[in-house]
Formats: sequence, C-alpha cells, structure tokens
Amino acid sequence: MPSSLAEIPLGHSAIVRAIAGPRAFRRRLLEMGLVPGVTVRVVTIAPLGDPLRIEVRHGQWSIRKAEAAQIDVEPIARGATVKIATQAAPLASRS
Amino acid sequence: MTEACHATPAPRVPGARLQIALAGNPNVGKTTLFNALTGLSAKVSNYPGITVERRTGALTLPVGPADLHDLPGTYSLNARSAEEQIAFDELAGLGATPAPDVVVVCLDATQLARSVYLLLQCRELGARCVGAMTMVDEAGGAAPDARALGELVGCEVVAVTARTKRGLPDLLAAIDRASRAERRAVWQWTPSPALRAHLDVVRGTVPARWSAATRYGIDLPLADDAIALWALTCIDNSEHDGDELDGVPPEVRAAVVAQRFELDDEAVLARWTWLDREIPKLGHARPDRSLTERIDRVLLHRAAGFAVFAGIMAVLFMSLFAWAAPLIDGIDHGFKAFGGALRDLLGSGIFTDFLVDGVIAGVGAVLVFLPQILMLFLFLGFLEDCGYLARVAYLMDRVMRSMNLHGRAFVPMLFGFACAVPAITATRTMERRRDRLLTMLVVPLMTCSARLPVYTLIIAALIPGSRATQGLLMVGMYAFSVATSLAAAWVMSKTVKPLKGKRLPFIIELPPYRFPRVPDVLRMMWAKSSMFLREAGTVILACSIALWALLYFPRTLPADAPDYAALIAKAPDADAKAALSAREQAAHLENSYGGRLGHAIEPAISPLGFDWKIGVGLIGAFAAREVFVSTLGIVYAVGTDADEQSLPLRQALKTAKTSDGRTKYTPLVGLSLMIFFALAMQCMSTLAVVRRESGGLRWPIFLFTYMTILAWVVSFLVYQGGRLLGFG
Repeated sequence: MPSSLAEIPLGHSAIVRAIAGPRAFRRRLLEMGLVPGVTVRVVTIAPLGDPLRIEVRHGQWSIRKAEAAQIDVEPIARGATVKIATQAAPLASRS
Repeated sequence: MTEACHATPAPRVPGARLQIALAGNPNVGKTTLFNALTGLSAKVSNYPGITVERRTGALTLPVGPADLHDLPGTYSLNARSAEEQIAFDELAGLGATPAPDVVVVCLDATQLARSVYLLLQCRELGARCVGAMTMVDEAGGAAPDARALGELVGCEVVAVTARTKRGLPDLLAAIDRASRAERRAVWQWTPSPALRAHLDVVRGTVPARWSAATRYGIDLPLADDAIALWALTCIDNSEHDGDELDGVPPEVRAAVVAQRFELDDEAVLARWTWLDREIPKLGHARPDRSLTERIDRVLLHRAAGFAVFAGIMAVLFMSLFAWAAPLIDGIDHGFKAFGGALRDLLGSGIFTDFLVDGVIAGVGAVLVFLPQILMLFLFLGFLEDCGYLARVAYLMDRVMRSMNLHGRAFVPMLFGFACAVPAITATRTMERRRDRLLTMLVVPLMTCSARLPVYTLIIAALIPGSRATQGLLMVGMYAFSVATSLAAAWVMSKTVKPLKGKRLPFIIELPPYRFPRVPDVLRMMWAKSSMFLREAGTVILACSIALWALLYFPRTLPADAPDYAALIAKAPDADAKAALSAREQAAHLENSYGGRLGHAIEPAISPLGFDWKIGVGLIGAFAAREVFVSTLGIVYAVGTDADEQSLPLRQALKTAKTSDGRTKYTPLVGLSLMIFFALAMQCMSTLAVVRRESGGLRWPIFLFTYMTILAWVVSFLVYQGGRLLGFG
C-alpha cells in the first residue's frame, strides 16, 4: 500500500517510489541519492514534533514533515503489523 | 555508455601560476585537506557581492607554484541561488576568474556514491579532475581501492589522510600530471533524443564567452552540452518558482523558458543509475555511525537533548557576555591609559585631542570587539566541525520556522544578547542569503550588553519604586526585545520582498560526529577575525573619528560665554576648578556641530519627551550605546567619565527642571527613552558589520530606517499615550 514518507512510523523503512513537489526540491532530493528504488528509514522525530531524521544510503538528513509528505514510498512489508507492535511493546516490557 | 570528446590543449601561458580548485561535498574533510595542502598561506576573503567565504592558498607542485581555491562544499553543481552557483561558476570559469587548470574533488570513502556524483558533473563540464579520497581511516579495511576507483571514473584518484599528510605527495604529483593532460569532457550516460533536442536548442544560444572554446581555449562540444544542461536544469521556467541565479545571459534564459523543459530528472537519474551499478563493485565501505547514534540518542533526546543544548548555549553566552568582559575592560583601560599618557606627553591641543579622543579611542572601539569575535569563531568553528550546529538546526527548526527564521538563526539571536556585532558575523553559518539577511536585520533588536548601562542609569535615576520593581522592569526589557525581534522577523518575512520566505526545503545533513582538528579551528578563527578587523574595523574606526569631530568642533564658545580660563585660574580650590572645567566642557559640547544637531532634532524628539540634551546623548550613542551615559555626563557638567553608577549624574537627571519649573525627566520620559533605546539603531558598529555581511549599503540603510521609525513611533505612543492617561 503506497503512502508518504511522513506516514512511516519511527524506526521503519520504506522504498522510495516517486517525489512530488516543486522542481528544485525534487531535484535536490534526487541528487542526494533519494531516487526511486532506494530504501529510506525514518530514524527519529525532533523533540518538538518536526522535522524528521531520515537515513538514506548510510547518511542522515533532517527533513520537515511537510516535505516528507511529498515523497511517495512503499512501506517495507512488515509495516502494517509493526505499527501495532510498537504500541504494544512498552506494555509487554512492563508486564 | 560513455561519451567523450577531447582536443589538443591550448599552450599554457609561460610563467602563469597553475590554478587549482578544491571541490567536494560538505563534511568530507575538505577544509582539513585544504589546510594540509596550503599550510599557513591561506587567506580568507569574500566572493564579491555575496558573503560566501572564499579561501585561497598557495601550494608547490613539481611544475612550480600554484594557487589552490577552496570551493563551497556542495552535493551538486546545480544551483538555484547565487550562493550555490559559485561552485559551478568557478569550475567552469564563468565567474571573474578563468576555469581552473585542475579540479581536485574530495571523495569520502564512506560516502563514495554521492561524492562521485559531484565528480561526474565536473567531468561532464570538461574539468581536468583528480580525486582525493578522504576518510579512508574511517572506512577501515572496507575502503575502496583508489586505483580501481580511478579506472572506473577515468581520472587519477589518490587516497589521502590529511591529518598525517599521508598521500599528499602522491596527490601533488597527480595534480601535476593532470595539469599537463589534455582536456576532455566525459559523460557516463547518453541523453535521450528528447533531451538531446533541448540541449541542442539551448547550446545554440550560449554566447561565445560561455563556450568551451573561449573558456578552455579548445572546442569541446560535450562541455558546451554540460553548460546547456545546467541552464536547462537550474533556470526556472515557471513563474511561481523563480530562481536567484546571477549573471545568466538573457538569451540563454529566454531559450530555456521557451522550452518548457520537463526532463529535469533524466540527468540525475542517469548518473545515479550508473553510480548504483558501478560503485558497489568497489566494495561496501560505509560510515560507522554507532558512536554517532549513541551520542545522538542523548543530544537529540527530548529532555536530555534540550538540557545539553541549553548548557552549551549558556557556555557560549557566558563566554561572550561575561568571560570576555575582563579582556574587553582590559583593552578599554589599556587604551584609556595609553591615551592619557600620550596626552601628558604631548600637552593639550587640538592635535592631541584628535590623536587621543579620535584615533586611539577609535582603534580601541574596534579592538574591544576582538575578544568576543575570537571566542565566537572559536566556539562556532568547534561546534560546526564536530557536527553539532546541524543538530541545533534540527532541534530548533520548529520554533524558528514559526517566525520564518532558519533553524540556525537561534545561535545569532542568542548572541544578540551579548553584542550584535559578533551575532551578525555568526549568521554566516546559514547558507541562504535570505535567511542571513532576515536574521541580521532582527538581531540588533535583542537587548545587547551596551544597552544595560543606559537602562541601569534611567531606571536608577528616573523610575521610582523598590529594587524589585526596578529589577522587574529590566527583565521586562529583555522579554520586550525577544518579542519585538521575533515579531519583526515575522512581519519582514511577510512584507519585504527579498526576505519573503519562499518555501524552500529544509534538508540538511546530520553528519557523523567527528572530533574537530584544533589547528583547523584555530586557523579559521584567526582568518575570520582578521577579516573582521580589516573590513568592519576600518569602517568603525572611520565612523569613530567622524563622530569625535562632530562632537568636538568648532571648538568655539558663544560670545556671551564666560571666560572659563580666567574663572578656573581664580577658583579657590580643586573642586571648584573641576566644576568650572566640567561646565566649560558642557558649553563646548553644546556649541559643537553635534550639540547644534541635538538642538536641531529637538522638535523631532520632543513628542517623545526628549530635550536637546538627550538628543546630544543619542548622537553620541552612535559610537556605542553606553556612550549615551558619558555624553549626558558631559552635557550635565558632572565630568567626562561619568558611568551609570555615577550619583551626581543620577541626581542631575532627577532634579533637572524645565523652563517653567516642572520636573523635566518624569518616569514616563524614562520609559519612553528606554523603549527608544530598545528599538532604535543606535550603533555604527552594527551598521558597519551589516554592510560587510550583506555586501553593500542597501541593507544597513534599510536597517537604520526601519529601526529608527519603529523606535520613534513606539516611543511616541508610549509617551503621548501615557500623558493622555495622566502619567508624567
């Protein structure tokens, strides 16, 4: 199920499908190697809720949520189930 | 598929120094390599018109001496602003200087693909390239083989470790060989027929001065194609998405706009396809981020991260605000003592006054900034090189963005509490001109340390109430300055055209933490500080001398003035002599051009509750805001060296009466005056440094105008509003 990079849960990876948005923005992302087919991981989110810290090709970048929303990605398969797992994990560790 | 074209090189001009450019991504050890190659010969200057630092140094090749130019770090040669365009202009020889003979491209062994991306672009342009592979020690055993990489990319690649100078002789030899090689333009991909058609149209419009034949002295059609591709990709062909490129020939721009080009991605994707196919064959070196990840877990943590951030900022702030103070005082006292000694030596006279109060005091006015500037560049250089400044932007982006400021603007804004001069120089950590300009236009609104003596005097002399309420008012002035500067940023970003926030992406790299090299940091600290002294310092000195002259000449007294010399001679004791001498000083000041100017502006400032004496103080305050206090001391004849603790000055202000016997300076006047000082652009050093950082007079004039109008209007509202409400 396609979604945007902004919707990928923290710690999860996805494969880039396409980049929308203004020309210069798209070009900049492509040039840093965020090309279709490459894997991108959402590492953390900044303490104030924006921007995101993402990892692409072993480099880390800061990107705002609004900009991440322009990147179409394919979540890597376990996505749907892991979403529940991340919420359940703290409970499990407490018990 | 590789395309290449070459031709026999033009003969070298005998005796000309080889010009070498150093290109590379940010955070690949380019600066360290530059320093290792050029040693102590590096000079920092600015590219004309834009404040991007330009560093040039000398190095010796087997063939002879050469100049090495350090280009701004970049991931790509494509550009949308004049700043980003520098690397391209320099490499292609489109700027003021001819194309370099050799381009050294830094290749990060742990980030090979994206470093080679830049190298591919340089090769397409027809640059004679040499790869310098850095970070080899970080890649460990996985580091790619330099020779294999060289064969792949078609130019020599040398593994270097700048720290230990390993590989540097080989690199110099490779540069030397490359400088004698024929120039070739190499494309690792073939444009599609559609792109080919676009390229041909644009290439046809490229003027002769942009052609390879002119720039390189040889005909390289593929290099001309690379120029056409750059134009097609970088020039914006839609109205809502304007670029800020500089010096693009209008015929090229017109051709690009007419093309409605939409094949932007083709070149980028073609290069990446090649890289993704070829680079993995050289191994899989990657950065070891485990330590960085552990550090980030703390430094970017929502509680610990902000605590550490607050701690680092507190240290920075203290270094500027408090720790630099003894040095500043030392310089201040040293210059006063020197001036005093010189005065004793030379005896009194106009020349002595000029030398002591004009020149020496002026040099002192410049040098007092040096401790803060040195510390600022020391700390900033350290934080930048270790990778923390990028994290500051990441942490603060949310807050700063809401005011349309850049995430990195936080640091200059904080420094503004100490002094606007170092704070404005700190705006250089932002890449985009619009972000730098907006920040330097609001930083002077922060309560700098020079406003403190003024506030202290006004509060102590004019504001009634207990110490607690007086203290609260001081805190209020700080809060007021934060609110006004953030509000000003927001308003200007919405109204002033060059400052309007085009929604530009905020994508910054968070590089692995690395321990900065102390010699690199120190060298940059010194280079930047000496540039400050050279460029801003000379303007500050000139303004100091002009201001001194304004408040000194014509050195005559009105005809009805008493004969002070005779009175002083007849005075019974030292106290009476001093009092008479102070009155003489006051009379001279009132009759100076500056004093007359104070009278002249009285109609403009009386609606704010100020008289001509405050007017003279405001003029004197241009030298530095705290000079307001000592100028008032002279006007009120309490001596030439009154400070904010001076009881006679406080008393004189408190008891001053208007001609009809009412209290002249009511608490409301005091408040109006404080508001005026909070908002007005009362500092020539700030203007001098904005002129330098913005590269012209336009922005300092704008800054002065908007702050003065703002100060006048708000003080007017406070004073007149207060009177309507029955205060004062």
